[in-house]
Amino acid sequence: MSEPAPQSDRIPSIALRAPAPANAAAPLSPTRIDVRNVNAFYGAKQALFDVNLHIPDNAVTAFIGASGCGKSTLLRCLNRMNDTIPGARVDGQILMDGVDINSADIDAVSVRTRIGMVFQKPSPFPMSIYDNIAYGPRTHKLTSSKAELDELVERSLRRAALWEEAKDRLDKSGLGLSGGQQQRLCIARALAVSPAVILMDEPCSALDPVATAHIEQLIEDIRKHTCIVIVTHSMAQAARISQITAFFNMGQLIESAPTADLFTAPKLEQTQDYITGRFG
Amino acid sequence: MDAVSRGFAGLSLDVFTKSMSSTGTGGGLANAIVGSLIQVGIGSMIGAPLGMMVGVYLSEVGKTSRFASIVRFVNDILLSAPSVLIGLFVYQIAVAPFKGFSGIAGAIALALLAMPVVARTTEDILRLVPQAYRDGAIALGSRENEVVRKVVLPAAFGGILTGILLAVARIAGETAPLIFTSLGNSNWSTDLTKPMASLPIAIYRYAGSPSADLIQLAWTGALLITVGVLLLNVISRISLAAVKRGQS
Repeated sequence: MSEPAPQSDRIPSIALRAPAPANAAAPLSPTRIDVRNVNAFYGAKQALFDVNLHIPDNAVTAFIGASGCGKSTLLRCLNRMNDTIPGARVDGQILMDGVDINSADIDAVSVRTRIGMVFQKPSPFPMSIYDNIAYGPRTHKLTSSKAELDELVERSLRRAALWEEAKDRLDKSGLGLSGGQQQRLCIARALAVSPAVILMDEPCSALDPVATAHIEQLIEDIRKHTCIVIVTHSMAQAARISQITAFFNMGQLIESAPTADLFTAPKLEQTQDYITGRFG
Repeated sequence: MDAVSRGFAGLSLDVFTKSMSSTGTGGGLANAIVGSLIQVGIGSMIGAPLGMMVGVYLSEVGKTSRFASIVRFVNDILLSAPSVLIGLFVYQIAVAPFKGFSGIAGAIALALLAMPVVARTTEDILRLVPQAYRDGAIALGSRENEVVRKVVLPAAFGGILTGILLAVARIAGETAPLIFTSLGNSNWSTDLTKPMASLPIAIYRYAGSPSADLIQLAWTGALLITVGVLLLNVISRISLAAVKRGQS
């Protein structure tokens, strides 16, 4: 039995915390985002301590950990949303496809165009469903004709599994949708600009289990073409949808590993304690 | 109530077609009505955009910075300044140097009164726009000015419009700032560089006159201002409802 189990093909292995051990397996899926020695501060308070992490393409990477552990902070570093918070500061390197997104000649706006984000609370703009989806393409002038924009809106809604429910009410306000539909609308809105990466900050925490199942199915579909990073408080959710799980505590990345490994055989006692619920 | 009953009693075609009489009896309010429309119109067109810009700056750009605090403080002073002082100020800058009262000076005085009202309401309304809209727009790669133009301002449109109408309603009834600026004019004139009539000044003059005719016209003028402001509110509510229907 030297053949690997078939499912392990599906789960890309990944380099662990740096300094990575010399015998660490090379990632199967290419690294999309490479986080190197990142420290983040809000004013004088340090929120992240020397985080190193490889985030692979075409996979879901889940950040887990208690509230205030830094997982959302790291997420917001990845698309430079922290720039908008006065007093926030990041050092270290975050390389996307080899380019440091924090370097002086990189425009935060171009970073955010390539890295979409979905927030905890579904927050469609107070405009029609169509205009919500069309917002990004219009802002970045991605389409040259009305027909092209119509098609992009439809394609985005289909990818977010919202087309059937929304096609007859495209001109109605996005705020009239249910919570789960609103969240799918926000995902469609992010997809419309074809980002290489989508960041999700607890996208299901305000949704009921049925809507959550919808979103999780959607994430599974999208990740085939996209790098997804999700922050979640639900370990069951992390186990269901992610290929890589990173566990944070007190601003430090404690352990990151293929999800199956992390949940069945965590290397560190701290991780073990957290995933079994014996955490402080 | 008196303004309604007594005002109605004096309504006639003459009120709208004839100018104020210089002989002491008879005449209408046509020049005062048009003068008011011109001065309030120009005043609003200058004051409302300026006020919106200040409000947007305070809420979206300056926020808690030192300069924004100063602007906010000055705006609050302007907001609570007696309107007669605004009139005197404009007299200094727009009447005395040109050696003559003028309609445009009246409009400037009204603009100065409208601006701080609009600025304050705009800032307050913009602060009520959920941060999630701004974050959503930023996360989609919008620049700061796009966030404000395409998401924040449209979301706050109804509230800002209400603020502008409040300001228009306020300046429509102002007398004091016009006394030193557009002065008032008994004759028909739409020349912005000459003294210009207005309803509040017509009321002010006529209400104190000995002639029953003119006192009657003052009541009618008061009714016209009241109805005008009321109409403005109704129209804005209807159009706002139409806009809302379009959004939902």
